[in-house]
Amino acid sequence: MAKYLLLKHYRGAPAATNNVPMDQWTPAEVDAHMKYMDDFAAGLQRTGEFVHADALSDRGMWVRYDGEGRPPVTDGPFAETKDLIAGWMIIDVDSEERAIQLAGELSAAPASGGKPNGEWLEVRPFLTWDRETTAD
Amino acid sequence: MQEEVVRDLVPPAISALCRRGADFASAEDAVQEALLKALANWPDSPPRDPQAWLITVAWRQFLDQLKSADARNARELRLAQQPAPGTPPGTDDSLRLYFLCASPALTPASAVALTLRAIGGLTTKQIADAYLVPEATMAQRISRAKRQLGGIRLDAAGDLRTVLRVLYLVFNEGYSGSLDLTAEAIRLTRQLASLTSDPEVRGLLALMLLHHARRSSRTGPDGRLVPLRSQDRTRWDTETIAEAVVILQDALAADQLGEYQAQAAIAALHADARTVEETDWVQIVSWYDELLAITDSPVVRLNRAVAVAEADGPAVGLAALAEVDPSVPRHTAAAAYLHENAGDLTRAAHLYAEAAQKAGNTKERDHLLREAARLRSSR
Repeated sequence: MAKYLLLKHYRGAPAATNNVPMDQWTPAEVDAHMKYMDDFAAGLQRTGEFVHADALSDRGMWVRYDGEGRPPVTDGPFAETKDLIAGWMIIDVDSEERAIQLAGELSAAPASGGKPNGEWLEVRPFLTWDRETTAD
Repeated sequence: MQEEVVRDLVPPAISALCRRGADFASAEDAVQEALLKALANWPDSPPRDPQAWLITVAWRQFLDQLKSADARNARELRLAQQPAPGTPPGTDDSLRLYFLCASPALTPASAVALTLRAIGGLTTKQIADAYLVPEATMAQRISRAKRQLGGIRLDAAGDLRTVLRVLYLVFNEGYSGSLDLTAEAIRLTRQLASLTSDPEVRGLLALMLLHHARRSSRTGPDGRLVPLRSQDRTRWDTETIAEAVVILQDALAADQLGEYQAQAAIAALHADARTVEETDWVQIVSWYDELLAITDSPVVRLNRAVAVAEADGPAVGLAALAEVDPSVPRHTAAAAYLHENAGDLTRAAHLYAEAAQKAGNTKERDHLLREAARLRSSR
């Protein structure tokens, strides 16, 4: 089993095939989209592949160390930030093929006009921590 | 009572319930419930006969499950209330349980989870912690696996290869969380070896023990990875190595070579060398040839190329490496090491850095980064 992060972006991903912003959908279309996401997560729970899911606010800022005894420097939020992560789902699956298949399903969530969203999701494998192997 | 002793009681309890007419899925659930009660109650009031206690409480649990499902299962209930056969579950039952949990009908992850629960006697929470997933996810994975086993009976024919594969997977998961899966895999393989005389089972047990014996030298005091060639060999567990070598010799004497015996033979040759210079690389290469004849795996080809480099020099090793599919994990790391030995430090440093980017785990990545940094700062 290997864990994968399915990353959803507010901005920064290539354009979705059904690229109407969510605020221009009908309420019923939004509901259908949300229900699809919930059902998707519930399905993964049933197959024993669900680890975690969460969403991020689109607010946020950059922070860095600014020298001994000084408070950290903050900057932002930047309206123009190119890449903005919206949320993620962590799955634990048997293969990369399965991770890709699931990301494809997630990207098929209904959007404007009830048609599949077709948004790009970023799929990233996790590094494992401590794995003793017989390989050496 | 030690936890391991309690866990040993789980498979016989499942077999006992199945013999009394319970289906495997219900029996396994009932025993898990009884196990949780045992873990909660036994520290304060240990039973006189723990095995009988577990079977009795699990059986009661099973009957309760049936009653709550009631009318639909009226027929099963009648069946279940018939007197239990008196004979205790034997060797065959235990072996069948291994086969069932490793059924090819299951995905590897499901087979691993079910094996750890029904044979290892671990709780769902312990397994979930070890694999860093929520308990609910692991519970679903296990109940789904049992549904997939649906019609398969406990006495169906099984394949020992798939069982060994499952145990090997558990071993390679190592230790994460609070549970030592390496030790658990050894415990289960040892049990399996007592149930069958198949030499590959003993080969796998020897392989696990040989790796386990090197465990304390594999990690430095700061938690960093120490490769085999740099390990402090005085820290190897010689008692475990000696035990493994006896098991391996016994297996090889059966003259039915398999991949685990061949891998164990290679591990034994490493274990036998008191210094890295004493390593018998020529014999190791010939065992890799045997292993290739059995498995024809690209990973084996890669490891063989590294052994060839040690036996015949880095140039010959690099030529062997050129024949290996470059997408094999650790290919770049092996190339870096061979180029370093061939004296091309610039290229080696570059390859170590590239290998670090491709590494699948943090310890390996950090090790490769340090190797790149070491070469770059020595220039």
